[in-house]
Amino acid sequence: MKSKKRIVNSALLTFPALSQNESLSRSFMSVFLMQANPTVEEISDVKCAVSEAVTNSIVHGYRGGDGVIKLRVRLTEDMTLIIDVTDRGCGIEDVVKAQTPQFTTNTDGERSGMGFTVMKAFTDKMSVYSKPGKGTRVRLVKAIGRRDT
Amino acid sequence: MKCIAEMIEFRTADGIMNVKLKGDIDHHSAKAIRNRIDSELFISSPEEIRLDLSDIDFMDSSGLGLILGRYQAATEMGIDFSLFEPSESVCKILKLSGCEKMINIVRRKQK
Repeated sequence: MKSKKRIVNSALLTFPALSQNESLSRSFMSVFLMQANPTVEEISDVKCAVSEAVTNSIVHGYRGGDGVIKLRVRLTEDMTLIIDVTDRGCGIEDVVKAQTPQFTTNTDGERSGMGFTVMKAFTDKMSVYSKPGKGTRVRLVKAIGRRDT
Repeated sequence: MKCIAEMIEFRTADGIMNVKLKGDIDHHSAKAIRNRIDSELFISSPEEIRLDLSDIDFMDSSGLGLILGRYQAATEMGIDFSLFEPSESVCKILKLSGCEKMINIVRRKQK
């Protein structure tokens, strides 16, 4: 049976869905991550994955309109980071299709459609829970500080 | 957070337009950078554009969209397009997108 790892620290950042808060979410992650003694690459990967999830909430979840984003981060005793980015936006109709590389519903501008691909590549595990009309939660999991792996 | 004037520097000589980008390229900054480059590209009409990424601290997929969009615009105008000295983290995202296969990238010299 899979045992649940003990959470040794956690933090929650709640902020309005404004694009200037994308950098706030990255700074928050960097500071929280320091206690896990990360490598430069791990910091960069986590910042990038979180930035993608937060940008998705702003651009797709709330479609540039008003809303609130919750960024919850937990650290387990074995230095695994569990990050939840939650919005109460429009949700995703087809979660599988949304994760297809270069797929985007945003035609205004130049979205690369690589957000979920980056989140997957830069973490150990990514999962998306979404209900149309209710919102989306993206969970990112990444082990930190295991230099031998 | 840097303002757009601090994030972008243009230097055009001998038909080559050097665009030096600084700071973070994310969804928030990408639109203003894109508009600034596009208007400068239209005014200068260079033969070559070099996007210098050596001072970029952070870039996510919004930066990819910015680069691919400028690459397409330059190609349509018959302008050569190159990326200069992306950091390791920027290289990682370029590789993931596959755009390093189509765009000329001049890498940082090993010290």
